[in-house]
Amino acid sequence: MNALEESLLELIRRTSAEIPDDVHQAILGSLEQEKKGTIAESAMKIIEQNIALAKNKSQPICQDTGSIIFYVDCPLGFDQLAFEQAAREAVKTATKKGFLRQNSVDSLTGKNDGTNLGPGSPTIHFHQHRESDATVRLVLKGGGCENVGAQYSLPNEEINANRDLDGCRKAILDAVLQAQGKGCGPGILGVCIGGDRATGYEFSKRQLLRALDDHNENQELDKLERDVVETANKLGIGPMGFGGRTTLLGTKIGVLNRLPASFFVSVSYMCWAYRRQGVKLASTGAIQEWLY
Amino acid sequence: MIQLSTPLAETAVRDLKVGNEVAITGTLFTGRDAVHKYLHEGGQLPPEVVLRGGIIYHCGPVIIKDEQGQWKCTAAGPTTSIREEPYQWQIIRDLGLRGIIGKGGMGDKTVAACKEHGCVYLHAVGGAAQVLAECVRSVPNVYFMEKFGAPEAIWEFQVVGFPAIVTIDARGNSLHKEIFAASQAELAKYL
Repeated sequence: MNALEESLLELIRRTSAEIPDDVHQAILGSLEQEKKGTIAESAMKIIEQNIALAKNKSQPICQDTGSIIFYVDCPLGFDQLAFEQAAREAVKTATKKGFLRQNSVDSLTGKNDGTNLGPGSPTIHFHQHRESDATVRLVLKGGGCENVGAQYSLPNEEINANRDLDGCRKAILDAVLQAQGKGCGPGILGVCIGGDRATGYEFSKRQLLRALDDHNENQELDKLERDVVETANKLGIGPMGFGGRTTLLGTKIGVLNRLPASFFVSVSYMCWAYRRQGVKLASTGAIQEWLY
Repeated sequence: MIQLSTPLAETAVRDLKVGNEVAITGTLFTGRDAVHKYLHEGGQLPPEVVLRGGIIYHCGPVIIKDEQGQWKCTAAGPTTSIREEPYQWQIIRDLGLRGIIGKGGMGDKTVAACKEHGCVYLHAVGGAAQVLAECVRSVPNVYFMEKFGAPEAIWEFQVVGFPAIVTIDARGNSLHKEIFAASQAELAKYL
């Protein structure tokens, strides 16, 4: 294994087994919030135990180790083909070691060759920047929460949502209502207002790279992010949909331009087992620094 | 916490109520999308897989072979159950299931079958793969490994103290229906 492969293997291991600090803090806050002696509190206690066990045993937090999505910011001249090769090798090894489940299935034949490699797996988004270092962020997003994601085309009469910020709010809150506990709440929403059907979902997922405790630079969106979390937490859906006080741990909203004819609101739901990590790499491929 | 051991007696199952916390000891068989579709289409189970009085677990675990060549379960949380809604009622009726473990709840057909035939839906904490894998003390067998692949195979688990919450009981109650209705009414206040 070369240095880059080793770094990526360690990135996968840590992403699969360790909850990032910002998310862990939010989960501890949620455990405090839930009423003592309720099944919501029991669920949060099990979640907290699970986080500790996974870290200590270096094993997956959740058995659904999810879609493997790399976000790479790289300098000019960075060898993307070599990175792709290294990422594939690291995924294969991580699967053998049990950091990842054999999780990738041929959609036509139903065959699972046990490697996690195939069309779309892993997914790698490259982006060039003028800095000299490369940073690699990884999200492992499970199928349960992916399945409750939703895309609304506004106006939407059913939920009385027009093409304005209030309409966006209604769409986002409807997604929370429809998801109930099925996405393994308390959850975190990544939202994109605008874009097309593909870029909208893609950008909504990208919002999940933001730290949970950051602030949106756009004041209106910052307000909406807070309002969605506060309102969702009044609905009584609670952890796992058992009822309770914490339905969402956070909401992050981004905006893309749209066509005059289209107005999409795309919502990606992330489960409490929010597996997201990142590293800054030295030119040798070794890990210089962890990002979360 | 109510202790349950497999095989489950019908009376013990009918006594359970939505909101009860249970701890399960005994045998669980995993079964998810491929297994449910297979059974629905008339597929037969190997004779060793006895679901009568038993519990099916909606789970695609991470399993590795240890140095001694034994199966070892390293992650085993529940998968979303609603995908089995078209098939589950029939499996309860025909195979005599007494319990289903999963997450996210199930729909009206399953609620009705639970009531009619004496079965309960036990909600495990989604994502809690390590806490739940700790309860899996051994993995004696696997069936349909070649046919369906590891996550979709039928794994036989011996479990001790496996925690879950009754969210659909055998009296026609569903916590999921209650929470949906209440949260929908609540949301209307804030729109």
